[in-house]
Formats: sequence, structure tokens, C-alpha cells
Amino acid sequence: MQQSQPTVEPTARVSLNVEELRRDFPILTRTMRGKPFIYLDNGATALKPQSVIDEEVRYYTELSANIHRGVYEFSEEASECYDRTRGIVARFVNAQSEREIVFTKSATESSNLIAYGWAMKNIKAGDEICISEIEHHANFVPWQALAERLGATLRMIPMNPTDASLDISDLDRLINDRTRLVGITAMSNVTGYMPPVERILARARAVGAVTVVDGAQWVSHATVDVQKLDADFLIFSAHKMCGPTGVGVLYGRESLLNEMDPFLFGGDMVLRVRKEKTVFRKAPEKFEAGTPNIAGVMAFGKAVEYLQNVGMEAIHEHEQDLLRYVVERASEIDGLVSYGPADLSTRGGIFSFNVGDAHPHDTGNILDEDGIAVRTGLHCAHPLMQALGIPGTVRASFYLYNTRAEVDRLIESIHRVRRIFS
Amino acid sequence: MSLEEDLYKEIILENYRSKKNRSRMDDADLASEGANPSCGDDVELFVKLDGDRVVAVTYDGIGCSICCASANLLCEAMKGKTLTEAMTIIGEYRKMLLEDETPHFSEDLADLEAMQGVKHYPVRIKCALLAWNTVRDMFETPASGG
Repeated sequence: MQQSQPTVEPTARVSLNVEELRRDFPILTRTMRGKPFIYLDNGATALKPQSVIDEEVRYYTELSANIHRGVYEFSEEASECYDRTRGIVARFVNAQSEREIVFTKSATESSNLIAYGWAMKNIKAGDEICISEIEHHANFVPWQALAERLGATLRMIPMNPTDASLDISDLDRLINDRTRLVGITAMSNVTGYMPPVERILARARAVGAVTVVDGAQWVSHATVDVQKLDADFLIFSAHKMCGPTGVGVLYGRESLLNEMDPFLFGGDMVLRVRKEKTVFRKAPEKFEAGTPNIAGVMAFGKAVEYLQNVGMEAIHEHEQDLLRYVVERASEIDGLVSYGPADLSTRGGIFSFNVGDAHPHDTGNILDEDGIAVRTGLHCAHPLMQALGIPGTVRASFYLYNTRAEVDRLIESIHRVRRIFS
Repeated sequence: MSLEEDLYKEIILENYRSKKNRSRMDDADLASEGANPSCGDDVELFVKLDGDRVVAVTYDGIGCSICCASANLLCEAMKGKTLTEAMTIIGEYRKMLLEDETPHFSEDLADLEAMQGVKHYPVRIKCALLAWNTVRDMFETPASGG
């Protein structure tokens, strides 16, 4: 496990020893299209360090047993490892109890769990749900579908088309006495913009609405304290935090979780099944029906430990440095338009842009040819793109292992895009 | 194999920039929309017919260079063809991209061969097919058009 080592680097005042950290990620030794692999698609999923990969393999080679069922040693150990991750995650987000951490398969399943388990029971026709225009579809479509089904009204905090920030001037009207649920992202997956979540949650609490914070982009880059945040629910996913795919998290206030209906029914979530009636277990077990992704959850525990050892504060600073650097370097390119507020302190390590009249896909294709992985297109945020009036963006998103040298390569490749499409 | 040789040939970039066939048609006999939801390519195709002969095809919408260039080439290729001839050309074009077959286009359609390099970039094949599939679907079931 790596410890963060302060380094003296004249150009980048960062406290991470990135070159050393990079050795933990075996995929970084690969080439892509014959070029050194530059991974700038961390907003989609993060790379995995060896300790995470090893733990996933260890489960299948050493344990391979189902959990909470067997009386034999390997099953006991698997159960212990699985349950230990719950505690690791609870401490990572500073939850009051590990019973507030539910494992799902994705952040999307987490938002759906709230929609089916809480909202179906507590929202009725005429009620209102408030989200924002910049949400990822995972925190947009479930609420839109639910509002349609229940006859509720869906309101949206609008986006300023000039810099893709949120316009909260009308917050008191948008979140009102009829509002039952407020869903807000803590970091836009398109621009990295971090909305004034505290302000929005305060308004939601004032009218008694339940709050859902989408932390899929945010949790992997920030020091998270759910007690300070004071949200009812926080959703996020393991794979964006150097963990494996197929594991999501729902943090929920224990009292709320216990009031909620189960979402998936079956084995392992029951206390007693009789022909007449079934009694469910308490949260979190009542939401984890069926055999879960045991290896994934175990490996997720290693991912969280890895991030903790590196240090979330250092990660945040490193990404801020890369963001400032890419913004500065990109300003030298004619015709490059980037999206998001000019105040970089309100943004995470995401740089979304377009180059002249080159379509994002064409730009992405040329970057790929140079060994650079970025995301192009609509980023599962169609309403945001509509509000910006663009056919999509190219998104470079940074993480702890990215370097200024990689930003330089990105800039070079963007110049190539300019040459082809001039 | 390189980007400039396979994907961003001059002929493709010319067709991408061309505005010649990029318009909406008010008196279209057939009209239909095609979209690739993951990338945001979204084009609408308009067809003017005279009996079973294609008089004109135009397109409008947003898309990448491959999507728009292939739409423009399609508009040019369809002009003056009977529906049967048009379907043969569409079939040939699809085979070139999907089945790795060397195309046998007549001389006036030789520009279509410029799209051949797209097959080296599997994720872009859907861009090169969007307009073509949309028109094929209209020609197969002309009654459903506008």
C-alpha cells in the first residue's frame, strides 16, 4: 500500500508522488494504438490498483464460498471480508453506523432503490420532486419516470447556459411546501462543476423534503462527511473509486432505511418466511436480496483503503493542479471552447471541450490514435447538452495517477485535430 | 493504416463540409429520422420521388464528420436511381462496411469507396451507416414515410 510522499516539484506543487503511485496500476504499462496509454476517462471509470485486482482474485482462488450461509471456515471468512467492507465504507463517508451502507450493483440501482423503496410509498399525485438540469441520467430518469407514474410534478433547477453552473435564484419557488424529494448532483459528470449543494439541501430541509445527493463523480475525489452534508441519501459507485465494476452504494439515514420497503425480494433479505407471510430483515440486509457481488465488495474495501492511504485531500489538490494546468495550456489553442465556470475552485478534475467545428467523436477518434482515452458525446446528460445547445463534448477527466506530461500530450493531440479540421 | 488515410481523407472532409444536400424538404414524399443515442448523431432524411424513381434526397441534423459525409454521399448516390437500383447500392455499401467485401460501384459512385477505411474503426461504422439505414428502412416500407 502506498503512502503519499511529499515531493518537491517546481512546476507542480502537489503532495502526491505520482510516479510511484502509477506503479500500482498495472494497466498504465500498456500501450494503446502503439502509443503509451494515457487514461483521461476517469469520469467513466477509474483504473484499478494491484491490491484491488489481487483481492478480487483472492476471493475466487482462496474462498469462493457464499456468504451468510455456510458454517464452514471459508464461508465464515468470506462473510467477514464482505461485512468488513461495509465498515470501511461507513468510516470513509463518516456514516453514524455501518447499517447505513447498502451495497447495490451501481449508483443507478441505488437511485432506483430510493425511487421504489421510499418514493413510491411517500409521494402522491400533486406532490413535487425537484432535481436539476445538469443531472446525470441516473439521477434524472428515475425521478421523471416516477413523477409520470405517480402524477407528481418534476421541477428542475435551471442551468446558466453561459457557464453550465446552476441558477439558484428561484430556489424558494422550485423547492416549496409541495416538494417531497430533492435530488442533486454533488459534481457534474460533464463539467466537473460542484453546485452549492449545502444551500440546496438547506432549502430542502426547510420544507421537509427528503434529499438525494448523487455522489458518483464526487465521492472519489473529495473528503466526504455525510453527517456534515446532512443529506438523507448519498449514492455512489465503487468503480469510479478504483474499485471493481458491479458494486454501488446507497448511504441512507438508518431511520429512513428501516421505514423503506424492500426493492428486490428473495433470499438473504428475510428473517422468516411462512406460507402466509414473510418478515424481512432490517436495513441494510433487507435491500441485499440474493447472492451479492462478494468478490467485488471485498475488492472495493481494498480500493477505499488505497484512496485513504493516498489521502483524499492530496488527491483533490493534485486534480486541481491538473485542471489549472489544462485550462492554461488550452487557452493557447484557437477555436477551443471549454465548458464550466471560470472559477476553477468550484470544479473537480474534469475538462470538457470542443475544438472548432470538429464533432466530439472526430476529436475523440484522433486522440485515440495518439493513445489518449477520453469520453465523447452526450455523457448521459442529454438535458444539459440541450440547455447548452451543443451536440456533445470531449471530456478529459483526471485522477490521482495523471500527470502534467499527459496534459501536454493531450494538448499536442488537440493541435492535430485543429490541423485535420482546419 | 492511419487516420488521415482511412478516416479523414480529403474526399470525406469535403463531403462533411458540403452544404449542397443539407436542407429540409417541405414537399418530401418520404421523411424519417435516425439517431445513434450513445453518440448523439441525429439526422433526418427527406426523399422526393417520381413514381419509383428517386428525384432528390436531402438531410438535416447533427452528426460527426463520418455521419455527415456518408449522408451527403448517400444523397448524391441516390439521385435519379429507381428504388430497386437504390436498394442495390445501399446493399453494396452496407456489405463494404459490414462484411469486408470489396465493393463494385459503377464509376459515378466511385466516391463511396472513400468510406471503406471506416471499417478499420469499428465504433465509427454505425456513424457511416446511420443515414443509409434510415433511407433503406423508408424504401423497404415506403408507406411509413412522411
